[in-house]
Amino acid sequence: MKTITEVVMPQLAESLVSATIDKWLKAPGDQIDMYEPIAELITDKVTAELPSTLKGTLVKILAGAGETVAVGAPICLIEVEDSSAGGQGPSTEFHAGQPSAQPQSQVASSGDQSMRHRYSPAVQQLAAEHNITLSLVPGTGLGGRITRKDVLAYIAAGGKNEQAAPAVAKAQVQPSPVQPLNMDPQVAVRTTGLHLSETPRIPQVEVEGQAIPGRGETFIDVTPIRNTIAQKMRQSVTEIPHGWMMIEVDVTNLVVLRNKLKDEFMKREGVNLTYLAFFIKAVVNAIKEYPIINSVWAVDKIIVKRDINISLSVGTEDSVITPVIKNADQKNIAGLAREIDVLAKKTRDGKLKLDDVQGGTFTVNNTGSFGSILTQPIINYPQAAIITFESIVKRPVVINDMLAVRSMANVCLSLDHRILDGVICGRFLQRVKDTLENFDAETKLY
Amino acid sequence: MAIMEYIDAIRLAMKEEMERDEDVFVLGEDVGVKGGVFTTTKGLQQQFGEMRVLDTPLAESVIAGAAIGAAMYGMKPIAEMQYSDFMFPATNQIISEAAKIRYRSNNDWSCPLVIRAPIGGGIFGGLYHSQCPESVFFGTPGLKIVAPFTAYDAKGLLKAAVRDPDPVLYFENKKCYKLVTGDVPETDYVVPIGKANVLREGDDITVISYSLPLHFALEAAEELAQEGISAHILDLRTLQPLDKEGILEAARKTGKVLIIHEDNKFGGIGGEVSAILAEEMLYELDAPIMRLCGPDVPAMPINPPGEKFFMLNKEKVKEAMRHLALY
Repeated sequence: MKTITEVVMPQLAESLVSATIDKWLKAPGDQIDMYEPIAELITDKVTAELPSTLKGTLVKILAGAGETVAVGAPICLIEVEDSSAGGQGPSTEFHAGQPSAQPQSQVASSGDQSMRHRYSPAVQQLAAEHNITLSLVPGTGLGGRITRKDVLAYIAAGGKNEQAAPAVAKAQVQPSPVQPLNMDPQVAVRTTGLHLSETPRIPQVEVEGQAIPGRGETFIDVTPIRNTIAQKMRQSVTEIPHGWMMIEVDVTNLVVLRNKLKDEFMKREGVNLTYLAFFIKAVVNAIKEYPIINSVWAVDKIIVKRDINISLSVGTEDSVITPVIKNADQKNIAGLAREIDVLAKKTRDGKLKLDDVQGGTFTVNNTGSFGSILTQPIINYPQAAIITFESIVKRPVVINDMLAVRSMANVCLSLDHRILDGVICGRFLQRVKDTLENFDAETKLY
Repeated sequence: MAIMEYIDAIRLAMKEEMERDEDVFVLGEDVGVKGGVFTTTKGLQQQFGEMRVLDTPLAESVIAGAAIGAAMYGMKPIAEMQYSDFMFPATNQIISEAAKIRYRSNNDWSCPLVIRAPIGGGIFGGLYHSQCPESVFFGTPGLKIVAPFTAYDAKGLLKAAVRDPDPVLYFENKKCYKLVTGDVPETDYVVPIGKANVLREGDDITVISYSLPLHFALEAAEELAQEGISAHILDLRTLQPLDKEGILEAARKTGKVLIIHEDNKFGGIGGEVSAILAEEMLYELDAPIMRLCGPDVPAMPINPPGEKFFMLNKEKVKEAMRHLALY
């Protein structure tokens, strides 16, 4: 197919804005080769031949000899064999210069109103000066915004302007590619007390609250971590029907064992040999026997997790975080002790990475560390259960009809009653208890 | 009145000033025998002789330094930088010497110097023939900077610059040289330095600009008037010192301000103008201040599509003006 293309006056030298055609070297109907001179040009600076930028047939001369033509203006038409299929000839370029005014929509007052309540300083000042209620002023700006001119028109019309929209309103507005944020305060953003979707503000005050003068109250901004805790706790309590059990464990032998090993362990490993390490070992052993404990409720099925990743509740001054011991079943007691130490330090130093807190399948909380003897933990959503290890206290205990002073500790379990029932949990706790009570002087740490 | 090109108006101003005052002389690269690469000084050496139209070595620091020395001795030099791009070797002379002489000598000495330098691109000049160096000199107290956009202003501002008792940078736009023609009185007139000029009255948006883009703004305003958008256009004319009163008055007309310049946006004159507006009339603004400038890239590309992308034109200006009007 053939297309007709314009040849324009080139910029022959810096600062030139036009050139004069001295004479034409080709006449209409002539065949023209690429770069073949078609005309001679005269400028202030140079006289030059004009090479063709196209191969084809000269159809028409638009500017005759002696005419001065502005740079960029067409001087002749050349018919070009177009090898490319379709009508996408270079001639479409002539339309490219037009402003992109076509895909525009009429801005009507009923359209996008996202800027309706966004008042500029000028608008507010004018409204204050003239005592105008801005909600009565029609807005003709972008997104229904009230412009300064709208207010002036409203004032000029004696404050009861109905349809005296200024001329700008009749102009067209381009639809913005992104849906703008709704700035209309009448559309409430916050629907309930606890706001779940928005990232909370960074608090202005970290620990101290802001005292409100004359009132016996203090406002403390909710930190992002506090918000997350609140969200998770609420979700857990509302979604999971919690069941609760407790078992009593005689850890006298464990206490003896630990006292025997702890100094040596500290020397060799540089970390504290905690009861928690033994406890986690016992829990992991029990989970291996009862894998259902290590699962997640998925409405029409229960997902049992293969990996045993223990979430460890670590409290700080103002929050609780659950870093994860990955593949806890593959670690011995010493390894667990080291891992606990590392995670606890990282937590307190605020150096946990995202990876450190993800993937937990069951949570252990060492509530005994703050003196509790009985807790009713909330499950770490979406896990199936959470276990606590309470304070070890010496108590008189009846053994074989004799009184003995033993080191006793309670172990509490909250369970997702959709997944777990009393029997399985009872067996699980019994298994934990057995393991803990069977730790003795012969137990190996490695 | 005579219709003449922008470049002719510059030449005429120099000719008239040299005829009026024997102390006025011209120096620069190729300004004498050749009459300047753009023909700006054509014919001056024939008329005034070699002693008043000096061909200098290719050393801008020397051109500025010699001119400063002559000016301190009471001469009125007009130093030409062939392209404003070549001006940077003279920056130390201009900023550290010319600008500071009156201040440093406690008013004993002065430096009545004019430095002419062609700015701007769109002339297929590429990296080293297209720059806008306003922002480099703009923040220097002690310098005055003017930038005419019509033939009338070109003559009037150059005459004012020659007669000014302090150093004036005269940024002529090289694309305007032959593109712009207009009425230029043959009488002796000056365009006062430090005064902005209202080019068009309007009440929807205020456009503040200088040099070449004003032509785009005026054309765009004409077309936008048919869409019902009325633009108020202010030519800064003098970039240092800025006409604060004039700027505020123009901005108050509409509360919506668009600042346009070819020099790149960051650190440009638009930033200073918008700071003035923010400091002085925040409560009268009806829209965020808008700037349309050259992109923040190192230089004007030499390839034609790149140059077209870089340069402002009527369509870009019109688009920005419409956008602000509809806000």
